[in-house]
Amino acid sequence: MHELPVTQHILEIVLRHAEQANASRVTDIYLVIGQLSSFIDESIQFYWDALSRGTQAEGARLHFERVAAEVLCQVCGVRSPLAEIGQGCPRCGSLRVKVVAGEEFYVRAIRVQTADEVERGV
Amino acid sequence: MGVKVISVLENILQANEQVAAENRARLDAAGVYAINMMSSPGAGKTALIEQTLRALSPQVRIGMINGDTTAASMDAERGAQAGAQAVHINTGGNCHLEAHMVRQALAALDLSALDLIIVENVGNLVCPAGWDLGVHARVVVASVTEGADKPYKYPSMYRGADVLVLNKIDLLPYLDFDTEYFLRGVRLLNPEVQVFQVSCRTGEGIQAWSAWLRERAMRNRPVRIR
Ligand SMILES: Nc1nc2c(ncn2[C@@H]2O[C@H](COP(=O)(O)OP(=O)(O)OP(=O)(O)O)[C@@H](O)[C@H]2O)c(=O)[nH]1
Ligand SMILES: [Mg+2]
Ligand SMILES: [Zn+2]
Repeated sequence: MHELPVTQHILEIVLRHAEQANASRVTDIYLVIGQLSSFIDESIQFYWDALSRGTQAEGARLHFERVAAEVLCQVCGVRSPLAEIGQGCPRCGSLRVKVVAGEEFYVRAIRVQTADEVERGV
Repeated sequence: MGVKVISVLENILQANEQVAAENRARLDAAGVYAINMMSSPGAGKTALIEQTLRALSPQVRIGMINGDTTAASMDAERGAQAGAQAVHINTGGNCHLEAHMVRQALAALDLSALDLIIVENVGNLVCPAGWDLGVHARVVVASVTEGADKPYKYPSMYRGADVLVLNKIDLLPYLDFDTEYFLRGVRLLNPEVQVFQVSCRTGEGIQAWSAWLRERAMRNRPVRIR
């Protein structure tokens, strides 16, 4: 459900950057989504198709880069996947760990065609 | 050629975070402390708000913002009944509150007559975690009837909490809830979190929780002469 407002934000960000770059069309969007953020690819894609219609970003392909959740042990400094710490740090057993990856949620880049290039028929 | 890649690196929730910052500034200017209460449906958020009002009101002047997915406003009515200035937000099916909804609710409250605002989020253990509302503390209410594995299954919710209230401990004798396993999961994700174990049925533990909240709410208040 909450992918609708989120997809609106993605579209706003994409169109703003496309305009700044004088782009005539956006062909690809690269999203980085951490495993701990609760967003579903298919659902974003679904809303994207509807929301982007009639804009410069219509038909752009969404690429999802997923980042696994990782924790850093505050005692021994070892980094491990969150899924593996049910009993504490896999090396030293400490329960003092900190999540250091997996909460990302941003637009990394977009691929665009610029106006002059389109005019030149490229 | 014909194409180029533009680096964007922009947080998608930026718009929400901007409004959240505005909310926080507004609360701070009015000297009001606010918390965002989150839990799965039925963990006891409204019951805890009622108990809190009983313990702190009217010495601490409390407002309640209640988010629900429909127009059903019974939780806000329960808050009003217990003495809160209460506002209901119909999220129109949305599964969580967002900062702009809270901004609207703040406009409907008389902040000058409040010390504390409790926001009751939509009952949902996933979505509310991602949305900053501009409050000062995030309080997750868990209940022993949900099972002890919840921190392991819903890490983002437990990870972002400043306070964890474990509710319905009056039911522990009837369940196989492993409190130690539950708390270990919580601490793994969130070593700093403050934990209170309470029962909104018997009132056990409510005193400690309310005292913590009162201290926070009154910390930035000038002393009022009554
Ligand atoms: N035994 C017991 N029951 C409780 C306790 N706290 C709440 N309940 C019961 O749990 C049910 C749900 O409580 P609510 O306060 O409505 O829960 P909520 O989190 O506000 O629910 P939603 O707003 O629908 O998500 C009610 O029937 C309460 O009476 C408790 O400490 N012990
Ligand atoms: Mg409720
Ligand atoms: Zn370690």
